[in-house]
Amino acid sequence: METNPFIWPFTIGLLFISCFLIIIVSIWISGLSHIDKSRIVHSIFTRKSLLAIRETFMESLLHRKIFRKNLVLGYMHMSLAFGWFLLIVVGHIQAWNYYRSLSVPAYKAIFFRYFVTEPATTLSEKTLAACVDLLLVFILSGVMLAYFKRLNSRVFGIKKTTKLKAGDRIALTALWLIFPLRFLAESVSAGIHHNGSIVSQPTGQILSSLLPVHSLEMPLWWAYSLALTLFFVSLPVSRYMHIPVEVVLIFLRNYGIRIKKRIDGYSRIQVYSCSRCGICLDSCQMTHAEIKDTQSVYVLKHIRNKNLTDEKLFNCLLCGRCQSDCPVGLSLNDLRITQRIESTKEYNSSYEYLKNGPVEVSPQTEVIYFAGCMTHLTPAIIKSMKEIFAVARVKYWFMDEDKTSCCGRPLMQVGQYEAAKKLIGHNQERILASKANKLVVSCPICFKVFNEDYALPGITVQHHSEYLLELMVNKRLPMNKMPLRVVYHDPCELGRGSGIYHQPRLLLDEYAEVIPVKNEKETAFCCGGSLANIKIQMNERNQIRDEALEEYLSYRPDVLATACPLCKKTFAKSNKLPVHDIAEIVYMAIQEKQNLQKTEYKKEMKMEFWK
Amino acid sequence: MKDFGFTMIKQRTIDYDQFDGRLLNEVLEMEPSFKVCLSCGGCTATCSAVDLVSFNVRRMNLLLRRGETVELESEIKKCMLCGKCMLVCPRGINIRNVIMLIKKSIPKYKTVTL
Repeated sequence: METNPFIWPFTIGLLFISCFLIIIVSIWISGLSHIDKSRIVHSIFTRKSLLAIRETFMESLLHRKIFRKNLVLGYMHMSLAFGWFLLIVVGHIQAWNYYRSLSVPAYKAIFFRYFVTEPATTLSEKTLAACVDLLLVFILSGVMLAYFKRLNSRVFGIKKTTKLKAGDRIALTALWLIFPLRFLAESVSAGIHHNGSIVSQPTGQILSSLLPVHSLEMPLWWAYSLALTLFFVSLPVSRYMHIPVEVVLIFLRNYGIRIKKRIDGYSRIQVYSCSRCGICLDSCQMTHAEIKDTQSVYVLKHIRNKNLTDEKLFNCLLCGRCQSDCPVGLSLNDLRITQRIESTKEYNSSYEYLKNGPVEVSPQTEVIYFAGCMTHLTPAIIKSMKEIFAVARVKYWFMDEDKTSCCGRPLMQVGQYEAAKKLIGHNQERILASKANKLVVSCPICFKVFNEDYALPGITVQHHSEYLLELMVNKRLPMNKMPLRVVYHDPCELGRGSGIYHQPRLLLDEYAEVIPVKNEKETAFCCGGSLANIKIQMNERNQIRDEALEEYLSYRPDVLATACPLCKKTFAKSNKLPVHDIAEIVYMAIQEKQNLQKTEYKKEMKMEFWK
Repeated sequence: MKDFGFTMIKQRTIDYDQFDGRLLNEVLEMEPSFKVCLSCGGCTATCSAVDLVSFNVRRMNLLLRRGETVELESEIKKCMLCGKCMLVCPRGINIRNVIMLIKKSIPKYKTVTL
């Protein structure tokens, strides 16, 4: 077979990147725990692999999530990824078809038009050549959009984008050059040998009438090969590492591997899967407070470059908005918590003072009620819950009425995992000693930790919004729909954190009128009060809160309802509208009905008296 | 000996000539909002840990400013970081960050005060 020296840079580059990827992925996978490794072994020949292939196709090639964000941006990514993929596949089929062999080296397929100078004769050759031409045009449309995006990113629905590093710039330049160079090289070859297809042939003819194509052919094929090499060589130091690593991530995620409380191979894979698209920058509320360098994309970049400071790591509300927007589906919150655990593991507390006395609970107790530290600062919620328990005739044990330790979630959020485990162990013992089978929690922060990190066999953990809904459905609470326009604010830990969006809305709908707002459920705002951020200043918190309030106020609600004492406290400080917890609203409605019944009863009694 | 309920008071003189302000300075630099603390004690009044153990957030400020790092280290470990103090603080001080900063840096600056 004939060759040409220009294939060597490409071949060496391809060899380099293949070896590099095999080595680094092996290192990451060997860094997984034994359980995770056995998960891979047991899932590899199951349906999970098929699901992973499907997800790879939908996300890594078609970029479905980016399409949902913005059509033009989605098209740009799809044309580059899916187009390039098809170009490689169709190019190989073309070469196999021509040489009648499956062992054709890659360069024969990539530089097909250079090596095969005779025009396509059979129908299959003609069709394949036309396909390659059309695919190239498809990709070039994406490249054109990419050029345009640098000039005006707003058209693509992106307000802010990340700054590029040197490695990124080299890889990006190479990526921008690959396809135009290939198109020109193929067209010039077509101009000389008349071996082009529907697009390259006419372009080749035009070029041959304008330029000295014979002296241009070799330099263009060399340039194409060098652009490919440059891309392969710069890949490991650029953000484009996400292209191969994302596929590994999708497979491991489908095999059930999750982020641990320590840094392992999987967290490294997550870090390298970040494409630095900057979509998380737009969803981050920290920008409302002019904090613009602590977003997930920057933290991942710093982890990769090993220069992450505590100032950046801890300056995040962990609200999870970036996570629900991330097109790669990275577990950004867990990744940050793992990093925090690593950063603070030297100085955990042991809380030796925690002593468990005997727990005295009556055996008829149905429910353990845990209000939470924050709820103790909003006594109206506790009062409402107590009254509702009385109305529904529920026997409950108020676990943290006094002298109870914190649930451990605030420690967990700032990475004090070992310290949090002490508090968890202490509370767990008390809960289990009570022998009740339901734990009702008023604070979503506590709710999340009780749900995820406590071992409470046989005990159902419910947030009070779920519990009150259950009481209402079981007709243990009186119904009364008040003429009250309510906007419901999803607390981060309850909504995105625990996936509870509908129960509070269903409950509220029975007692008041809930107005839907633009940013709710997965895209709901954070109130700004989050305990996860230990660096943010109070005035910055207020700015974040005010931005969120502005949207809520535009719907002119009578009341802002929430299901978290911390959100309530944060919003209430602004004094712009009344803020009530969902329990308070339920109690208000019940009270209103009871008062009405009392007055009616009195009236009746009077009437009877005068009869 | 008969116990009359009286004890000998330990010598607690602080020699300011040997005052070690490194920890204080670092904390104030990293968390400037701590400068405006007016020692009102709101934080201590609301503290969740106070119910369980003898702990005083406000005293932490005093110990830090006096450079009594040994005592400060044993005190600071009692905090559960629940964040109530931060919500009641009239000056909006980021108390949780102060605690974390002290916890992080105290092994570096620990000195035995006489």
